[in-house]
Amino acid sequence: MLTGLLLLIPLLFMIVSLLMKGKQSGYVALVSSVVSLFISLCMAFTFQHDDTVQFELNYSWISSFGIHFHLGVDGISLILILLTTFLTPFIILTSLQKETDNSNVFFALILLMQAGILGAFTAMDSFLFYMSYEVALIPIYFICGLWGGENRIAVALKFFIYTLAGSLFMLVSIIYLYLQTPGNHSFEISEFYKLNLSSSQQSWIFWGFFLAFAVKIPIFPFHSWQPSTYTIAPTAGTMLLAGIMLKMGLYGLIRFVLPIAPEAVAHWNTLAILLCVCGIIYGSVIAIRQNDLKKLVAFSSIAHVGLIAAGIFSMNAQGIQGAMIQMFNHGVNAVALFFLIDLLERRSGTRLMDKFGGIASVNKRFAVVFAIVMLGSIGLPMTNGFVGEFLLLFGVYQWNMYAAMFAGLTIILGAVYMLRLYRNVFFGEISEASTSILSMSMLERIISYKLVALIILLGIFPNLLLNISAPAVNKLLNLIAHHSNLSSIL
Amino acid sequence: MTDLVWLVPLLPLIGFIINGLGFGKISKNTAAIIGCGSVFLSLIIVAGIFYEDLGRGGEAVQKTYFTWITAGNLSIDFSLLIDRLSIVMMLIVTGVGLLIHIYSVGYMHNDVGFGKFFAYMNLFMFSMLVLVLGANYVMLFIGWEGVGLCSYLLIGFWYKNREYTAAANKAFIMNRIGDLGFLLGLFLIFKTFGTSDFQRVFSSVQSFSSGDITITLITLFLFIGAMGKSAQIPLFTWLPDAMAGPTPVSALIHAATMVTAGIYMIARSNIMYALAPSTSEFVAVVGALTALMAGFIALTQTDIKKVLAYSTVSQLGYMFVALGLTAYSSAMFHVMTHAFFKALLFLGAGSVIHALSGEQNMRKMGGLRKHLPITFITMAIATLAIVGFPPFAGFFSKDEILTAAYSHSMFLFVILSLTSVLTVLYMFRFFFLTFFGEFRGTKYQIDHIHESPKSMTLPLLILMVLSAVGGGLGIPEALGGKHFLSEYFNHVFGGNTRIQSHEVSHFFEYGLMIISMVLIILIYQFTKQRYDKKVIGKSVEELKMSLWYKLSLNKFYVDELYDKIIVKPLNGMSNFFFNSIEKKVIDGAVNGSGQTVYFLSSMLKSLQSGNIGFYVLMMVIGIVAILFFSLINTITL
Repeated sequence: MLTGLLLLIPLLFMIVSLLMKGKQSGYVALVSSVVSLFISLCMAFTFQHDDTVQFELNYSWISSFGIHFHLGVDGISLILILLTTFLTPFIILTSLQKETDNSNVFFALILLMQAGILGAFTAMDSFLFYMSYEVALIPIYFICGLWGGENRIAVALKFFIYTLAGSLFMLVSIIYLYLQTPGNHSFEISEFYKLNLSSSQQSWIFWGFFLAFAVKIPIFPFHSWQPSTYTIAPTAGTMLLAGIMLKMGLYGLIRFVLPIAPEAVAHWNTLAILLCVCGIIYGSVIAIRQNDLKKLVAFSSIAHVGLIAAGIFSMNAQGIQGAMIQMFNHGVNAVALFFLIDLLERRSGTRLMDKFGGIASVNKRFAVVFAIVMLGSIGLPMTNGFVGEFLLLFGVYQWNMYAAMFAGLTIILGAVYMLRLYRNVFFGEISEASTSILSMSMLERIISYKLVALIILLGIFPNLLLNISAPAVNKLLNLIAHHSNLSSIL
Repeated sequence: MTDLVWLVPLLPLIGFIINGLGFGKISKNTAAIIGCGSVFLSLIIVAGIFYEDLGRGGEAVQKTYFTWITAGNLSIDFSLLIDRLSIVMMLIVTGVGLLIHIYSVGYMHNDVGFGKFFAYMNLFMFSMLVLVLGANYVMLFIGWEGVGLCSYLLIGFWYKNREYTAAANKAFIMNRIGDLGFLLGLFLIFKTFGTSDFQRVFSSVQSFSSGDITITLITLFLFIGAMGKSAQIPLFTWLPDAMAGPTPVSALIHAATMVTAGIYMIARSNIMYALAPSTSEFVAVVGALTALMAGFIALTQTDIKKVLAYSTVSQLGYMFVALGLTAYSSAMFHVMTHAFFKALLFLGAGSVIHALSGEQNMRKMGGLRKHLPITFITMAIATLAIVGFPPFAGFFSKDEILTAAYSHSMFLFVILSLTSVLTVLYMFRFFFLTFFGEFRGTKYQIDHIHESPKSMTLPLLILMVLSAVGGGLGIPEALGGKHFLSEYFNHVFGGNTRIQSHEVSHFFEYGLMIISMVLIILIYQFTKQRYDKKVIGKSVEELKMSLWYKLSLNKFYVDELYDKIIVKPLNGMSNFFFNSIEKKVIDGAVNGSGQTVYFLSSMLKSLQSGNIGFYVLMMVIGIVAILFFSLINTITL
């Protein structure tokens, strides 16, 4: 019931929002997102902390193909649902800060995207998952292509085709799995778990899904759409992409790849983690010299999600739990960073680092907020980033010490590029662009304080989230462990 | 009081929150009262804990508050450990910390960032207390990174200066390099013992044999962390730069407390280090080399704070030698006496800088003993304490380390003795340049020169007393003393100390004392002649620049070296990745595959030319091909 509402609300409000004009449509979207947040909180509070799928909704949809409209929520889904519903209001509020042309379409697209993402996170049927995964792609394509910056059409098109091409491999894999299911065939994900696939079958499935998700996440070297798309997209689009959408890829790894093809993961994860670690170093090193703040965060994001993926591929409780909490944390931190950069850009008309300087003298409040968000993203203890990074690195460490050593460079390089950013933007003499950052509006303050509070709260009480996903992750690990032949490999 | 231990770190945290949220709104007096008061209350509780512990006889108490992180079989508690090691550290941190807070009220009085300063200082106290109180390695790590953050914030306190903020970044990043080592050690501890809880780790580590490879690796990783935090080779260059921060910060963070965190951590892990002789050896050698190198650099520095900074690096090296020799209580003894006299030296230097309106160059000082009598007296005692003149504090602690080195390895003993001589040289040079001779500064400075206010001189006097008598806690048996401190620490270090001080003959100890005394007096005469002149022109400082002089003055070119082999290549790599790999290779491949598809489709498109003749031809070719292949098939079958 609640799950159904969760999907229905944004879709309904989307229609209302389309009928409105100007800012009104934004307010409609805001109401919708707050209602969604409320529903998801209801879910979180009534959620039984065990490994079952709850809040289920199951209708036969295209019965001739065994496709069901089957929604459900377990601990893994719930964290991502909370992430989506927590961030969407912030994203809409950020967009409300400035004038947008055709804002009714813009906000309707955001709501459509939210519905698509939530659909992917709650789908218990692989066809439904695939569909939601693609539905979420269309609005973001338009958001980037219509409201983006310089060169937006080419960039958005490349992004669209790249991710679409990637997900076709997933579609093939899903259809193949469907054909393997016994009897009348089924697209149920849980049915896929029961398949006893041979090693080579698993390898094909692994690569099919991997390509789709590697583009989405993105894992090095499938990331080249990401920096340009993040940069040209309007801030709301960047937030949606970095904060929420890429988590669909990571979620897919956990939901499909690990339980369906565990042997293949155990076989191929050396390569996969190698790519992730390359991405961590590559993204961080590039971020060191970026001058465009958005681009800097975009490259740092490649490093951060690379670590999350590496944790997942290391196939142990710490790695996967670390991934769960870090998906949430990265969402919060990325949205917070993009929000603050957007504020800078709106006031001063630029987001080039060397144009700023001395903001700490101009606006202390803003400087403090930015500092805390920065500390969260470089993983200082008692901020949210630390818990995730710690668990992920420990997960990788258990898999291989050297991998963890190289992945761990992120804590050094992260400090290098973020402190450089902070020094250039906030310290030193006051530059001309900085003088425009005199004050923050009430709304901006509320948004930033909430994000900061979340960063600290989750740093001190990470178990609030970890306990939600723990049983489901445990179940997943059991599923992997019981899979034939795997005990001999691991 | 032991039940109130959670308040010890919490009170400064509350102080931080109040001063932090209210900066600009809270008056300077209130900010000072909150800042100092919270530390004072903590100190009272610590004193109570110390007293109760004496009654308990040194038994460790662990308090667990809540489970912080759970993931799989990994569980990390938010818990505090009270034993004699943490009690001594707490006493040092809150005691010296309180004095420095009080001093700061006077020192920072005209600074616009007064409230912010106290907020940061309190945050530092919180982190440092978590560091020494944490009952597991992760708690220690929280404090460890926390003090690193405060150090960053306070080095860059005057953030308008680009150089200062560069120093702040450098400190944080170098510490993070060490922290990665710490983290890896932490992971290996988890992997090996399934927990990072001190008591559980140390009880299960006893089943390992000496020289076990895992333990060696753990201790090595942890030592990398200590190298960063305690500024040892090769991660020491941040500490001298860290002098960019206000002087009380240098005294508290970069001399008395934070930089000794590495020593604390190894002393805490003493059981593991005792089982890893090769790591211990390594620790001792790194410590000795650092001590020598830093002492040598300190000889030629002209910035009053830089001399003291290199001196700190050098003294930390001493402590690591003691740790490496498994003389843990000697290391802690030196941590303590060093906290007294080095804090005093920095605060005294601060008093001088304050009096001279911000002047830090010793060449522009001189003759200050007449103008700053209290500062002069206290600094004189501090200098005697650090050079190890009996009966001041440094003599006893340094004597212990030298004795331990002598009984273990001649190599270490020679290096440390050499360093002692260097210490005496640079300290007397510092002392004479500052307080003797003629004043060499500007007229403006001499007109405005003044002894510091009471809030600054009072901490100086208290620290002077501590520097004078602090050695009493560890009077060696040779002098008929009873070593209180090593007995006090018996619960913590117990049987892990390989070298007992009574192994060395009393004769040696007497010899050592006499020789060091004679040496100190000789060097005193030498430096007095050299620096206590009416006029110190450029002539003395700009003697022929010998190679050694240049090396010392330029700090062995380590910064330049790091710039060449790390900073520049990293920047180059960044540009290369971005301009070549990202734009050409990766994006090129993606765009290339897009263009290939486009090209192929345009080829296919041209097949659909609309020419019927062409279609028929294609059809015929197709049919022939099919027939041909089916023919081949039937033949091969």
